Amino acid sequence: MAQPLSKDDVAHVARLARLSLSSEELERYTTQLASVLEHAADIGALDIEGVPPTAHPFPLTNVFRQDVPRPCLDRDEVLSQAPEVEDDRFRIPRILGEAP
Amino acid sequence: MSQSGQTVQSSDWETVVGLEVHCELRTKTKLFCGCRNAFGDEPNTNVCPVCLGLPGSLPVLNEQAVEYALRIGAALHCRSQRSLFHRKNYFYPDMPKDYQISQYDVPINIDGWLELPSGKRIGIVRAHMEEDTGKTTHIGGGGRIHQAGHSLVDYNRAGVPLVEIVSEPDMRSADEAREYVEELRAVLVAAGVTDGKMEEGSLRVDCNVSVRPQGSTDLGTRCEIKNMNSLRSLARAVAYEAERQIELISNGGRVDQETRHWDEADARTHSMRSKEEAFDYRYFPEPDLVVLDPGPEWVAAVAASLPILPAERRARVAGAAGVPASSEAVATVVRLELDGIIGAAVMANADAALALRRLANEVAGELAEGDKRALDADAFIGLVLMEQQGELTSAQARTVLKVLVAEGGDPKAIAARLGFEVMAASALAEVVDQVIAANQREWARYAGGDDKLAGFFIGKIKAATGGNADLRAATQLLQQYRAAQEA
Amino acid sequence: MTSVVEIAAAVRRGELSAAAIIEQHLARIDKDEVDIHAFNLVMADHARARAAEVDGMVARGEDPGALAGVPVALKDLICTRGTPTTCSSRILEGWVPPYDATVVSRLTAAGAVFVGKTNMDEFAMGSSTENSAFGPTRNPRDLSRVPGGSSGGSAAAVAAGFAAIALGSDTGGSIRQPAALCGVVGVKPTYGMVSRYGLVAFASSLDQIGPFATSVADAALALDTISGHDEADSTSIPTDSARARENLGRGVDGLRVGVIAELAGAEGIAPDVAARIREAAEALSAAGAKVEETSVPAVRYGLSAYYMIAPAEASSNLARYDGVRYGLRKPGADITEMYMATRSAGFGPEVKRRIMLGTYVLSAGYYDAYYGKSQRVRTLIIRDFEEAYRSFDVLLSPTAPTTAFELGAKTSDPLTMYLSDICTIPSNLAGHPAISVPFGTGDDGLPVGAQVLAPAAGEPVMFQVAEVLEAAAAAKGGGR
Repeated sequence: MAQPLSKDDVAHVARLARLSLSSEELERYTTQLASVLEHAADIGALDIEGVPPTAHPFPLTNVFRQDVPRPCLDRDEVLSQAPEVEDDRFRIPRILGEAP
Repeated sequence: MSQSGQTVQSSDWETVVGLEVHCELRTKTKLFCGCRNAFGDEPNTNVCPVCLGLPGSLPVLNEQAVEYALRIGAALHCRSQRSLFHRKNYFYPDMPKDYQISQYDVPINIDGWLELPSGKRIGIVRAHMEEDTGKTTHIGGGGRIHQAGHSLVDYNRAGVPLVEIVSEPDMRSADEAREYVEELRAVLVAAGVTDGKMEEGSLRVDCNVSVRPQGSTDLGTRCEIKNMNSLRSLARAVAYEAERQIELISNGGRVDQETRHWDEADARTHSMRSKEEAFDYRYFPEPDLVVLDPGPEWVAAVAASLPILPAERRARVAGAAGVPASSEAVATVVRLELDGIIGAAVMANADAALALRRLANEVAGELAEGDKRALDADAFIGLVLMEQQGELTSAQARTVLKVLVAEGGDPKAIAARLGFEVMAASALAEVVDQVIAANQREWARYAGGDDKLAGFFIGKIKAATGGNADLRAATQLLQQYRAAQEA
Repeated sequence: MTSVVEIAAAVRRGELSAAAIIEQHLARIDKDEVDIHAFNLVMADHARARAAEVDGMVARGEDPGALAGVPVALKDLICTRGTPTTCSSRILEGWVPPYDATVVSRLTAAGAVFVGKTNMDEFAMGSSTENSAFGPTRNPRDLSRVPGGSSGGSAAAVAAGFAAIALGSDTGGSIRQPAALCGVVGVKPTYGMVSRYGLVAFASSLDQIGPFATSVADAALALDTISGHDEADSTSIPTDSARARENLGRGVDGLRVGVIAELAGAEGIAPDVAARIREAAEALSAAGAKVEETSVPAVRYGLSAYYMIAPAEASSNLARYDGVRYGLRKPGADITEMYMATRSAGFGPEVKRRIMLGTYVLSAGYYDAYYGKSQRVRTLIIRDFEEAYRSFDVLLSPTAPTTAFELGAKTSDPLTMYLSDICTIPSNLAGHPAISVPFGTGDDGLPVGAQVLAPAAGEPVMFQVAEVLEAAAAAKGGGR
């Protein structure tokens, strides 16, 4: 966990998270995030080989629902909250790349 | 032509293909919510907080989808295991949460295989569960994504259950890739988990294509090809891409690992290099779902309840007809779902091998896939029996069969209407004598061992009998006479 | 009268009208809300209409339910159909959910009357409610001070008498810490005890909804009303109820209480706070409990693990705010530009910080070192708690390291703010319940909270001990 966090790292994750940052913000966030990561370095030093991760506090398994239709939302109510609607669908600006 | 001016032989190269097939499950409701799983409804009418990804919504797993996923695992001889769901994080407008709930390093089904009709086994790496995305329509620019002005999104499909089936890169040609998808679809449809309609998107295929010098065991750099909407597109795309890569490498170039888009109209693949960086999906276990552990009993129960699958059907036809299971006739008959007739033929003491030939050659030619005209099994078997018992010649039988397929009816009645009657054996013998008598010189050569003249005599007999002779019987007679003469 | 138990009983008996109760509370809101800003939205019309409905039911001889006529405030990240739910963020300003959270349905079925949606740190990220896009909430005990966060509005609403019950959410202490700072009772239930369906997610494996109240008994009633299995939440535990009231009135004779050594005089715990907790321990001992110091070593790593896990999950949970389907949209020439413009304008700095931190922690190459390791630390914490609970029935610690700090005092360095959560975070990581009970004041006269921790599904014994602490505080004259 020793790598110090660079501005490039922060610019990269900002882009991954679809956030645009001014150069002043980039500077500021890099300092702040680096200090959080540095503080978290204490767990980097912990030797926990063989300790399994906990994804959930409780080991529930096999929670299911039955394949029975339930009422859907009213389309008008849904679309009334949409920023832009066309043809009963959500209108968005053009997409440049295909989905992965 | 390579740069050195030598002709590039495709046979110097081996094409390596792996396929990823996404199969929509035919559950009544979506994977994580109770919205209807239906194709073609009015946009955004089958949506709820969960499949719209509204703030505060949570997924709950559809048990029937798990059952179907286990069925797929069993049908593909996979090991079904305890598994987790993971979030696959990326931004795209057809994804309501901007992450997809999928499975990552612990999927429900692993390590299986699929046997093709040719007998070759293709390895299955995994068959995992995930949710489908919504559908985007691109407006302007001819509906193509790159020239569109804006887009519209319908989330009816978002959340529909999918199983993604990933093969080993075991296929070696465009045809084999096509054969794999056909067989896989037949298996999935037989297992009752999907309607397998590529044209409706309930079965989608992406392929990975690479090439390598013949004899090499290293894998070349592969390209992923997307946007093939039919089996024909798939075969064309694979063939095109293999050629492209061979050409490129032969001319000293290098294949870049990338995703390419198949363009049906241009019949070529395009690079999809966009401004986006490589996707970093940041997989982590889905905290809103719990562990999925079907356990050995459920897995075994699902396997035991599987209906008969194509490979087994082929084996049965082959066994009944005494031919290899990998023969084309067998594959054709099973693919067209005519194999039930073979079983019925066996029950009626009809000649299964003959029935197989007639179905594969004559009937298959007349029936296109999905043809609504059903062949009357009893009538067909009746016809086979007639031929088998010598009441009709092969030629006559084939003609009656054509009529039977086109119009239905009773084979005896059709034969009578066409005036078909096989010549009685004595009448045939008379004609054979006459023909021999009229062609002594040729007879001498045939009797002397020149088998090529058999055709000559058969032709004469055919002409003399106006097509009513059983030509096999006639051939036998010729051979008998010759044998008698030698003796 | 502010006791929930009393209000509901009186309304059900027809002795008190819900309308009168609501008017009383709306009048207080009218008078003091302008100074406190506990609410993003006061639902005066809705409240009056609902109160009239409740009174109508009583008049017809129908039972409106266990919380009949009780004024309830809801943290503004709990979905209310037809009423805006903003998470105190510009990106959801004006968004109206088309559905109710499960807790909202359960409270409605119990006859509760919602008086408003309370202010919070944006998307529940913060410890002071200063990260709200709509201005901070002020501590009713001292208007120059923060109420704590992220459920600061809910804590303040109860402390100021605007509502008898408020719901908040707790991911790293966001109910308990503001409860301590405002001098009210605040509960984080066992993970999975209360449905998260309709709770706008921050960190899915840590979030829980819980009640604020002015008394332990009221909080117990509220928790029992909202808790229990929900089939709409896959992480919901298969139990009917928290049974929070089950052991009330039994006292603590013979119970074993462990004072967590690592949090007793830890660096960062103010001496006056530490002193109050020692007094709380003595009070329990005087009431018949066996009180000893105990060690839960892994809690020292809780803060670090939390600040990997929570932002990681949050970065994914907040991806959906993209301007496509609801909420704010800022224009862009293409979809990516639209995403960036919308999210950059819509999220405040703390949210952006955590999204980026979370994205980093999950990104290729760093997963094992950060997120993966933190999930293992979580296991260590659970194991250390399990070990402690072999010898003790409940544990005791401060809730917050200091009393309420001044507005602006900790906003320049995020890390300073994060340290507010050292006592509360371990319970979220373990999935265990914990409650903050007012116990005296600091040297500045501001409230101090004592935290009682219990093992999973340990709500009965936890409330049992909390009740005794509350009585002891009252006897001292320090609690309010």
